[in-house]
Amino acid sequence: MSGNKQDEDPRINGIKTKIRVVPDFPKKGIMFQDITTVLLDPKAFKDTIDLFVERYRDKNISVVAGIEARGFIFGPPIALAIGAKFVPLRKPKKLPGETIFEEYELEYGNDRLEMHVGAVEAGDRALVVDDLIATGGTLCAAINLLERVGAEVVECACVIELPELKGRQRLKGKPLCMLVEYR
Amino acid sequence: MFAVENGLQGDPRLQAISDAIRVIPHFPKTGIMFQDITTLLLDPVAFKHVVDIFVDRYKHMNISLVAGVEARGFIFGPPIALAIGAKFIPLRKPGKLPGKVISEEYELEYGNDRLEMSMEAVKSQERALVIDDLVATGGTLSASINLLERAGAEVVECACVVGLPKFKGQCKLKGKPLYVLVEPSQLEEITF
Repeated sequence: MSGNKQDEDPRINGIKTKIRVVPDFPKKGIMFQDITTVLLDPKAFKDTIDLFVERYRDKNISVVAGIEARGFIFGPPIALAIGAKFVPLRKPKKLPGETIFEEYELEYGNDRLEMHVGAVEAGDRALVVDDLIATGGTLCAAINLLERVGAEVVECACVIELPELKGRQRLKGKPLCMLVEYR
Repeated sequence: MFAVENGLQGDPRLQAISDAIRVIPHFPKTGIMFQDITTLLLDPVAFKHVVDIFVDRYKHMNISLVAGVEARGFIFGPPIALAIGAKFIPLRKPGKLPGKVISEEYELEYGNDRLEMSMEAVKSQERALVIDDLVATGGTLSASINLLERAGAEVVECACVVGLPKFKGQCKLKGKPLYVLVEPSQLEEITF
């Protein structure tokens, strides 16, 4: 994991071959990394989860925060396996009850990520999960939300990294664990 | 059909699940008592109970495909799919899925919405389960059944954590059985 090729677990190549790259989606010039094809292969999906669970099970993680919507697919199985709470980080106005929000930049304009007040407590050790890290903007917003309520973000976990976009450097010094790079 | 009607009467896990769901009055609008499952997700024991009950029910039904409705179906569907060795297929709002998709319209209280599925995800005659957190009108689940049937799958059942009391007994959605763990925990009428 994390691009250290000598240590590469044999399961990683199986996952990589299942990722479908869709050109010009959602717009021209973007090579979209489609993980839904990984989900169609029960072994590849299980291997993805197992790799993260093996890494985090002894790290005393109390919260797994998943970013809407594909972070909702990978986060809960990890949370269940390691006995942590799962907290959804959502687009605006989806969460009922009291929320806090963090703004982040898109290519054009801004968006917001929201989290429930009270879901995460001071002292919680948190993992942030999404399918992919590109610029790191969304993950940075997630880290901010968790830190604002006093949690410690232990690591960010993504299936795929686009290293040329340098998202890794926008994580406020937090480490990133990823399985597959796309250049 | 509710879990209590089908062998789980008195199962303490159902009470734990029900107790873990938070009710938010008047969300997203006045009169609706919103069943918030995020508090269930904060309770790893109760969340695991939900998955265990569904897995026990479906593991010997030869299900090859679990379809989850965006977005809360994405939370409950994958753990079930992983445990029973089935594939997981996300049913999504328009424009989110890349590649070739089929789409199905369904009614909202005001206007319509659309659900999409990847055309290449389903093989003919697969046995499918549809998952969402809650069933109210059944509109979204009916659209999901339509998508899967159009792609050639056989929908075995729809499963939800919470369902309105009207789904007791042999209630079916488009001829398909519905399996629900708990009723909403407050007795006020939910109007949609």
